Amino acid sequence: MEGSSFAARSVQLSFVAIVAGAWYLASETGSVSRLFLPPPREVIAAIERLVATQAFWSAVTVTLTTITKAFVIALVAGVLTGYVLTRSKLAMRVIEPVLSGLFTIPITLFLPMFILFFGIGAGSKVAYGATYAFFPIALNTIAAFSKAEERYLRAARSMGAGAWDCFRHVLLPGAMPVLITGMRIGFFICFASVLGGETISSVAGVGRNIALAAELMEPARMYAWIMFVILTSVTLNMVVYSVENRIRSR
Amino acid sequence: MNDIAISIRNVTQRFGGEGQADSVLALDDVSLDIRKGEFVCLLGPSGCGKSTLLNIVGGLFKPTTGTCTVEGRAVNGEPHPDKIAFVFQESTLFPWYTVIENFHIALKFQGIARTEWDDRAMAALRAVGMASFARHYPEQLSVGMRQRVNMARGICVGTDILLMDEPFAALDEQTRMVLGEDLSQLLAATKKTIVFVTHSLAEAVFLSDRIAVMTARPGKIKTIIDVNEPHPRSPDFMLESRFSELRNECYALLRDEIRATVAAQRDPQVAGS
Repeated sequence: MEGSSFAARSVQLSFVAIVAGAWYLASETGSVSRLFLPPPREVIAAIERLVATQAFWSAVTVTLTTITKAFVIALVAGVLTGYVLTRSKLAMRVIEPVLSGLFTIPITLFLPMFILFFGIGAGSKVAYGATYAFFPIALNTIAAFSKAEERYLRAARSMGAGAWDCFRHVLLPGAMPVLITGMRIGFFICFASVLGGETISSVAGVGRNIALAAELMEPARMYAWIMFVILTSVTLNMVVYSVENRIRSR
Repeated sequence: MNDIAISIRNVTQRFGGEGQADSVLALDDVSLDIRKGEFVCLLGPSGCGKSTLLNIVGGLFKPTTGTCTVEGRAVNGEPHPDKIAFVFQESTLFPWYTVIENFHIALKFQGIARTEWDDRAMAALRAVGMASFARHYPEQLSVGMRQRVNMARGICVGTDILLMDEPFAALDEQTRMVLGEDLSQLLAATKKTIVFVTHSLAEAVFLSDRIAVMTARPGKIKTIIDVNEPHPRSPDFMLESRFSELRNECYALLRDEIRATVAAQRDPQVAGS
């Protein structure tokens, strides 16, 4: 187990090293124009300049606030909708296929509509991220609660468990693993769609700054922002996985 | 009639409305009295309604007609956890709780004070020789160990009546025999009233004071067989000629019912040709 995880880590790290090496060679030798791909040292210098500015931190704050709002809305609406639907066989038969059908539509199509409704500020990105993340959370909540096994409920009821006891000690722990998977997928979809929405059309935030740097022909600055997003999502991914494993192994 | 623990009177159970296409008559006018401290097996072919009858006694199902009284109190589709505990198959241990937490939750549901949880749980675990596995999760135990824990969970709540619904069905025959002996030992010490559902002939004869042999669906009680052998029973009982005679008697009674069950599951054309 230890050995294979070490081998996996080595392969992952060598992949990162190969990409970085290819980047270095391609840009330093001049085989790719500096306008498209500046060398790593320029990007690193741009990151250093960037984090020293007030504008950087205010953009990060805007984006994180937007993601948090969108995710909380998606989480509450998704879990409640999913749970309520599983309480009725009829609702499951009618509404569950509609939800999974809607999830196959690229919600990006509705971004202009959200901007129309909520303006070009953070509001439209909250609506967009929340709508996108709602579906995986609702669908996984449905999957989590509808596979609740009758035998556990019957055992609990025979021991005198009431409705709340059944929910707290049987339904919820049984649903937890799938519920958490839904939250993780929902969170990363939310993260991606808020940044994507900001890049396409907005007035502030990390995505806006990436688009702006590209428009102003400042590639080093653009890559600096992109590097920051990559590092953030890798870190978030590791944090979310460890939280997930901790809850699962309980 | 003060020594009657459970009294089942003219119980009929129909699933789905009468006259509807999917309506099934599971039990047809069943009456049975079970004395205090008695071990009664409900033996019958698959689908004969023996588990349904157990669920009615335990208050998990409400009978369509008829009544069931437990220690003088009517059970009418309401569980009585203070009087009755259930033991299902081993897979009803909650997999998200450790062994000891499974006991705690059972005692909590039963409304027993928190201060007693640990003592009761550990006493029950010691009785089945599983005390050192208290902190394990069910999936870390073998099937036989899980069922030992599951039986102990049913016993730890201290009810006078224990209803067991094919508790050993998922076990291999050898584990089943060992657990049957353990159960016989445990019960001899506690003097509980047990209703035990099984379709194993040997299990029924080995464990029971009386065996209620049921008919194919709709389930009725066909005959009641007495097994006059004191508890705890030793494995030697299985080697006695009386054991085989009783077993054969049960089999003779069941044979027609098993045939009827199988015939009902076949295509009508095939059965007719």
